[in-house]
Amino acid sequence: MAAGPKDENISRKAAPLSDEEVSRLRKDFPVLGLESAGSPLVYLDSATTSQKPQAVIEALAEFYRSQNANVHRGVHRLSQAATAAYEGARKRVAAFLGAGTPDEIVFTRGTTEAINLVAQTYGRRHVGPGDEIVVSAMEHHSNIVPWQLLCEENGAALRVVPINDDGELMFEAFEALLNERTRLVSITHVSNALGTVNPVKRVIERAHAAGVPVLLDGAQSAPHRAVNVAELDCDFFACSGHKMFGPTGIGVLYGKREHLETMPPYQAGGEMVLSVEFERSTYQAPPHRFEAGTPAIAGAIGLGAAVDYLSAVGMGRIAAYERGLLEYGTDLLLEADVRLIGTAKEKAGILSFHMDCAHPHDIAQILDDEGVCIRAGHHCAQPALARFGLSATARASIAFYNTKEDLDALGAGLEKVKRVFG
Amino acid sequence: MADEHALYQRILLEHSRRPRNFREMNDADLTAEGHNPLCGDKLRVYLKMDGEVISEAMFQGSGCAIFKAAASMMTAALEGKTRREACALSETFCNMIDSEPGDPVDIKRLGELVALAGVREYPVRRRCATLPWHTLRAAFETHGRTRSTA
Repeated sequence: MAAGPKDENISRKAAPLSDEEVSRLRKDFPVLGLESAGSPLVYLDSATTSQKPQAVIEALAEFYRSQNANVHRGVHRLSQAATAAYEGARKRVAAFLGAGTPDEIVFTRGTTEAINLVAQTYGRRHVGPGDEIVVSAMEHHSNIVPWQLLCEENGAALRVVPINDDGELMFEAFEALLNERTRLVSITHVSNALGTVNPVKRVIERAHAAGVPVLLDGAQSAPHRAVNVAELDCDFFACSGHKMFGPTGIGVLYGKREHLETMPPYQAGGEMVLSVEFERSTYQAPPHRFEAGTPAIAGAIGLGAAVDYLSAVGMGRIAAYERGLLEYGTDLLLEADVRLIGTAKEKAGILSFHMDCAHPHDIAQILDDEGVCIRAGHHCAQPALARFGLSATARASIAFYNTKEDLDALGAGLEKVKRVFG
Repeated sequence: MADEHALYQRILLEHSRRPRNFREMNDADLTAEGHNPLCGDKLRVYLKMDGEVISEAMFQGSGCAIFKAAASMMTAALEGKTRREACALSETFCNMIDSEPGDPVDIKRLGELVALAGVREYPVRRRCATLPWHTLRAAFETHGRTRSTA
């Protein structure tokens, strides 16, 4: 297995993928060869979910073909093979994210469940009446609502770091919110609605200086840049397999061992217990304590194949290539005279925009006629859009398999939008 | 535009660009709010009644072109109709939107509302067209209640 670059500084220096390499890599993704509405499919919706390479599809099929059995249960060889593949995937994911040990990797259904897990276990144990949890104004609903539920239950309060007109975190305001009642900072690494890359290293350093742990929502960062949780020193990191070119139904919670060990179980049932008696049950050590029931075995194995694939391509090179595409797409949208929503200096490949002449759903509909897939709506980040006086935007999002030609197709589609609605 | 778009027909675009009866009514006899949380379409429907007859219908709100055109066309179609006739028209319209593409449409009763028949090809947009009519029924049923189509 090839190791991905682990240092942000290294990834910045990495050479971008060449156009030839990208055109070769595109062939690994069967969906990208399809047509839609009589045109070649142009997929600019990877922030919603990514397409899957043949290696992932094959890993899923191969598991069901030749290894299918339950994990951590059987004496038989098939079960041992399934268990080895499942735990092997955990090791791959741990290495990909830079975790110290695979025991710090809990498989979940996705980012949403990972955050809920922390809220319902760590949160319930450590957050009480009068305590505070800090999030930002650019969070996805899945990094807002689990904390609201916890706050309602425990009498705590949610504090929100404001963002500026470019969609950047207001760092001084963040610092001012930290106090002796702050129990957790839960913040997105990369905003799904605005594309902002948050200064998470600084956030974590500052929070830790105040004795506050930090959860990073990595749903939009893990697929697009090198992430090293040990180096970032975050306490928790959550991401989703399906946005990382892996299957749906599998996600990851990284948690520092010191936290995971003191956390009570999340869901209860099989696999998470050591022994069960009617008087009392004892629980497994992490990570299995948090994986009740039969897990998404094939999903985890598929995610393992996805991170192997990404590591082989190189996260630094992916990030460098996507930066170039983002610049190209930004210029193209500015020329198309649309209003970009999210203009942070540090941005990932997310182009959220507004047109005066057409509603986002109408934009997406016209683009669909041209085979161009984008997202329209509030992107599950209503407060972030409300900050810009909007209830919805159109959003094109980039992955390493996209090309300048894809963005040109977007540009041509927007000209058609103007012809229809202008 | 050279050829008519299956969904965005000329008459529909015309209504969405310059919606009829698009303003607040301060002395409405009946009013209700409608909201589609999936896409953010939102409106308030106002009715001025002369006994059982709708003398004026207006709306305020924001949303996509389909929604705005549907609301505009609805208010234009409602004037002079009795409550009972309006409810019957609402049912005919919503049945058309829920029918399969190619199914016959009742042009005689629906008039220019048939311009929205193209929505049948786009199932996720059906609610954009029916939200104003659901809201109208909410205005009749209970004064001022929010109607959600989700």
